[in-house]
Amino acid sequence: MRHVISVQDFSAEEIIDILDRAETMVEIAKGNDVSEILKGKVLAAIFFEPSTRTRLSFETAMNRLGGGVIGFAGTEATSVVKGETLADTIRMVSGYADAVVLRHPREGAAKLATQFSDVPILNAGDGAGQHPTQTMLDLFTIRTELGRLEGLNISLVGDLRYGRTVHSLAIALAKFGNTINLVSPEGLEMPGEVISHLEDTGRFGKACHSPEEIIADTDMLYVTRIQKERFPDPVEYEKVAGMYRVDPELVSRGPEHMIILHPLPRVNEITPEVDALPQAKYFQQAFNAVPVRMALLSMVIGGQSNV
Amino acid sequence: MSKKFMKVQRIEHGTVIDHILPGRAFDVLRVLGISTDRSMSILINSHSAKGGTKDILKIEDVELSDEEASRLALVSPHATVNIIVEGKVVKKFNAEAPVMVRGVLSCSNPNCISNQNEPIQSEFRLSLDSEHRYVCTYCQRDIVDLARRIRS
Repeated sequence: MRHVISVQDFSAEEIIDILDRAETMVEIAKGNDVSEILKGKVLAAIFFEPSTRTRLSFETAMNRLGGGVIGFAGTEATSVVKGETLADTIRMVSGYADAVVLRHPREGAAKLATQFSDVPILNAGDGAGQHPTQTMLDLFTIRTELGRLEGLNISLVGDLRYGRTVHSLAIALAKFGNTINLVSPEGLEMPGEVISHLEDTGRFGKACHSPEEIIADTDMLYVTRIQKERFPDPVEYEKVAGMYRVDPELVSRGPEHMIILHPLPRVNEITPEVDALPQAKYFQQAFNAVPVRMALLSMVIGGQSNV
Repeated sequence: MSKKFMKVQRIEHGTVIDHILPGRAFDVLRVLGISTDRSMSILINSHSAKGGTKDILKIEDVELSDEEASRLALVSPHATVNIIVEGKVVKKFNAEAPVMVRGVLSCSNPNCISNQNEPIQSEFRLSLDSEHRYVCTYCQRDIVDLARRIRS
């Protein structure tokens, strides 16, 4: 039984296999081809925290493969409000489904779930911890848009401290031999253990406080949201947010082939004018969630072998 | 009579833990679950023959097991354990840091699932790339201020 808890549990070869499998799923994800490989299978999507893209794309992925979805989003109408432990919820839900997708506000929740589940657990984000399926769809988007997954100059921009997607993405990108630049406001820098990891692998490029310093050499610009609540002073937030805003002028200083990704939701860190530029790939990235999650579901649940 | 004198009496039966990091004797007692209401001698910041200072514990009528000694290594990795029977050292060994620690420590990350009301034991793994760093197997964070994370 294979769980999907952290991207670090997967070798580079295994990740490539998943991306290859996702590629075969694209036409099904678009609705152009039909698949029933997970017909009769049930996915439990249990989301203890709000989610839009992750939950909907998992549900779409399961439906597109002919399976069904049960679950909840928010804990108001569940036994959790009565004080049920996560362990008991997982024991119960794993009896109803062939795989469980879990989002939870506590770090390590998905790892705990593996100890009480009879079916595969897919981590859809645990607190400020891991979000491995997001990392895989980011990698899929990079490979699709830039034609390769290695030897690239990657710049991660924004809240690198609390943004959960950037930690595992940085580690995964280093694994494939890319150089990682880190651009963040003071106080929102990448945690030390991730930087140490990048340094150990020899893939640490540059850390700076301004996107302008790295844009000219960037193949992929990964933008994350800077949350207002991280700043006690609203004026300070506005100042910092302004410095990290990606607009057509900034994009024009990057190479033509550069792509811009964002895990979404975007607030105002990428201006709407950028959406029309060929570099903007974040909505394509959001779509890619479906074939990548289809690949993962078909991998962990199994089912018929013919797509 | 020699000018040298013993600060504390030798024990006939029990365990002497020597070379405890200075100031850690009470942490050692805590990690071993040994109550201070039993008979023992505690030396804090005693001068070491090797230079510097150390703590020493002489606990009567307690024989430390290998498992207990490895727990002691969590807070004082290079301590020496002497088992005393009838006034003689019958066994002497160094406390070795355990590779896995279950239940003894609580995670220093307040948002870790292991700190919630769940039917699990906390679990920490000794990091391979460091001398004495424990990583929570749930939230993957390093434990901070380990001596204060010992469950009483």
